[in-house]
Amino acid sequence: MIVDTLLVRLGGESGIDNAISAGDVLTLSVARSGYHVHTFRTYPAEIKGGPVMFQLRAGVQPVPSLGDKLDVLLAFNEEAWQLHGEALRPDGVLIFDPGEHDAPREFGGTAYGVPLDRLSKDLNLRKGKNLIALGALSALFGFDFQPIQATVKDKFGRKRPEFVESNRIALMAGFEWAKENIQDEVPFRLAAPDSTHDPELVMSGNQAIVAGALAAGCRYFAGYPITPASDILEEMAKRLPPIGGASFQTEDEIAAIASVVGASIAGVKAMTATSGPGFSLMQEMLGLATMAEVPVVVVNSMRAGPSTGMPTKMEQADLNIALYGGHGEAPRIVLAARSVEDSFYQAMHAFYLSETFQMPVILLTDQSLSHRTATLPMPDPYRVPVVERLRPTAEDAGGYQRYRLTESGVSPMGIPGFDATPFTATGLEHDEYGAPNYTPAMHSAQLDKRGHKFERAAEVLCDLEYPLGCHAYGAPEAEAEVGVLAWGSTAGVVREAVEEMAAEGLPVAALVPAVINPLPAERIMEFAGHLRAIIVPEVNRTGQFAAWVKANTELHLISLNKYGGLPFTPAEIRAKVMEFLVAKPQEPAAELQPTEEVAHG
Amino acid sequence: MAREAKTKPKLLPKDYKSKVKPTWCPGCGDFGVLASLYQAMARMELDPARTVVVSGIGCSSRLPFFVQTYGFQTAHGRVLPVAIGVKIANPALTVIAVGGDGDGFSIGGNHLAHAVRRNPDITYVVMDNEVYGLTKGQTSPTSPLGFKTKSTPYGSSDAPINPMAWALASGVSFAARGFSGDPKHLTDLIVAGVEHPGFAFIQAMSPCPTFYNTFDLWRPQIEALPEGYDPGDRMQALSQVFRDDGIPVGLFYRQERPTLDSHTRVTAHPLREETEDFDVQALLEMYR
Ligand SMILES: Cc1ncc(C[n+]2csc(CCOP(=O)(O)OP(=O)(O)O)c2C)c(N)n1
Repeated sequence: MIVDTLLVRLGGESGIDNAISAGDVLTLSVARSGYHVHTFRTYPAEIKGGPVMFQLRAGVQPVPSLGDKLDVLLAFNEEAWQLHGEALRPDGVLIFDPGEHDAPREFGGTAYGVPLDRLSKDLNLRKGKNLIALGALSALFGFDFQPIQATVKDKFGRKRPEFVESNRIALMAGFEWAKENIQDEVPFRLAAPDSTHDPELVMSGNQAIVAGALAAGCRYFAGYPITPASDILEEMAKRLPPIGGASFQTEDEIAAIASVVGASIAGVKAMTATSGPGFSLMQEMLGLATMAEVPVVVVNSMRAGPSTGMPTKMEQADLNIALYGGHGEAPRIVLAARSVEDSFYQAMHAFYLSETFQMPVILLTDQSLSHRTATLPMPDPYRVPVVERLRPTAEDAGGYQRYRLTESGVSPMGIPGFDATPFTATGLEHDEYGAPNYTPAMHSAQLDKRGHKFERAAEVLCDLEYPLGCHAYGAPEAEAEVGVLAWGSTAGVVREAVEEMAAEGLPVAALVPAVINPLPAERIMEFAGHLRAIIVPEVNRTGQFAAWVKANTELHLISLNKYGGLPFTPAEIRAKVMEFLVAKPQEPAAELQPTEEVAHG
Repeated sequence: MAREAKTKPKLLPKDYKSKVKPTWCPGCGDFGVLASLYQAMARMELDPARTVVVSGIGCSSRLPFFVQTYGFQTAHGRVLPVAIGVKIANPALTVIAVGGDGDGFSIGGNHLAHAVRRNPDITYVVMDNEVYGLTKGQTSPTSPLGFKTKSTPYGSSDAPINPMAWALASGVSFAARGFSGDPKHLTDLIVAGVEHPGFAFIQAMSPCPTFYNTFDLWRPQIEALPEGYDPGDRMQALSQVFRDDGIPVGLFYRQERPTLDSHTRVTAHPLREETEDFDVQALLEMYR
């Protein structure tokens, strides 16, 4: 059977099977052959030991989500079968190592035993199992061999030339073994790629954030290592110095954001990135940035919490802290990236907003999106304006008021070394000049100033267009009966489920805003229109986004919560939507009962 | 850089005074430190538009408001990482960090060792009054063992830390101690600290007349470092900071070593002025 998408999972033992690096090689080579890809991976938090998995979904058309059941499972050991067997479709393909275990009896699909371990021992390539497996995979499924070899060369060639040859030998060994020993046709094969377009880019969400930030003019980064945000620090450390910027690993997250605030005061566009525990530590400095009106961008890649939680698992549970984390009334702009491509645009967007409104902007992503690699078309940086904060003019010299009460709330910000307008910024309430001032009138006036900026931001944001504004999928909204309202990385699965259902003629539409605060409430109300039900899927237990939307719109929403550390699958979205499409006229029972639906993942 | 200030007449100490009146109690030691800072700034002819005084929170951390330069009063304990961000962003700026002993050695303690080992070219003046002033008299990390305050009614259980020893042990490249009762000497130390290319740590003994009046206790103990003292000798510096008798003041240690900005930055230009052409599309092409 020729299929449009193929979902392959590699499962193995961390530090032994190198399943992740095999997956990375496969991803890039498949993309270079002209397919669209979307990956998902989970690691144990430990460096050595523990199960890892890498999953690649390749498609002839764009693949917005990680998909549902696996078409192919490559199990390096028996544990991988035990962990992932259930995810494999009953008529799927299992590739296993007969040296590790027998073909599982309970499995009714096609099982191929490939002696990965023995082949690697015969070749004296202790670490070659993964490439032997890739060789066998490409022989079986007809993946183009050339790009795999080229990718291995690109990935290892420069640092370890000796790897190129041994990897080639391993790849060939797997390929030839499979050709010789497995004659039957595999049950499904991916259709030929669309060769009319250039191969797309393959980036991770975090790499896209870095590229977007640099495109927006970010030239200072500070961070403290934390999964799943460390690679933003590492990427910045690599990219910034050669273009005249600076990147800096600090002693903790407090110092990271503190130095970012300092760098911004000195006139540089600056950013930090962290995950839950570090984001908790940053709250006080975020308040300072609000009070002193310093533009900063903070990326929070959400992982399962609370506390240290599950560092390598995703969750969408930091919306509340992003919105409300600080003390006092400190409105913050909160954005949530929806895909790898969107990570690029939202990073640019974050700088645009923080510079325009001189306030912190929080960009949320999560483990699954940060570490997801996916194909994307070349982003167009000109779609997002690159701006700089308002600066003092000649008129401001003499009696310069840094915190002048203006109608928009935005006032010119002097930069030491560039503007002859010294002032002292502070986290204390202050007057127009910046001097401490605790009078009722001044506190009210400055709170209004900071509030007006935020309200202005809401106006600017209300009619954003693609790629920054709300994304809408599925049936035309006027015809839809059931709606799905999502945020962040859940966008991809929602898109896939809803587009598929709409193509089947079902009246389903979806809306996914990028700007979470200020919420595009009018647009959401318009979407809600006459929908019979609005489902809000999110990967958390309490429905933080649903609560936030309710607070802003008074809509009745149906929460669909999943909280096992894994993202939704399109099938889970579909199943929930179907509940509301099938019958249940007027008063759906689900609306009267507790509206939480739990799908453990 | 825009707006050259070269043609301006020479600035006097009073020109560095802002319009904001100090909030300190009469007789506060911090007045002496502030006076020394004005003097030092005038002596070095610092350009107010290119000088940033950064602080944390506390009575002493109010100081930036009283100085007519750029200033930033940050959050409690966070003076050093903010100051470092300012300095990396624009190495051409003169960055002076100030604060109290609670700010620098308690809540901000972690930042001290790391600032010191990175050696950014900034000067850090800690006004040490061995008590929490702003919060009205609780024990501080430099308070003596057994110190009775409202938060330690039976006497503090914690031995004081030794800030100079801490800085030296972390690898500080400039360490000095002064006394707010001797502003002339303190001025010399601040000038030397600002001129030192690297992290200059200055412990300014600055009594709090309201919550722990140590003027009379300290004054007789204040003395210069011994004749023939060599500030290039770290072991000698350690033996002086660990002395049980007296409060020696002066330049304890000075060493030249590479600064943070020379490591993190290729050039000394302000980051916002870097002219390096950056083509994001060229970067993105690498991901194909
Ligand atoms: C996070 C935080 N905790 C506590 C405080 C309250 N606080 C303000 S200043 C201060 C200590 C002041 O002592 P010190 O730093 O020695 O400065 P001094 O007032 O003596 O000059 C404290 C605890 C605060 N502002 N922020």
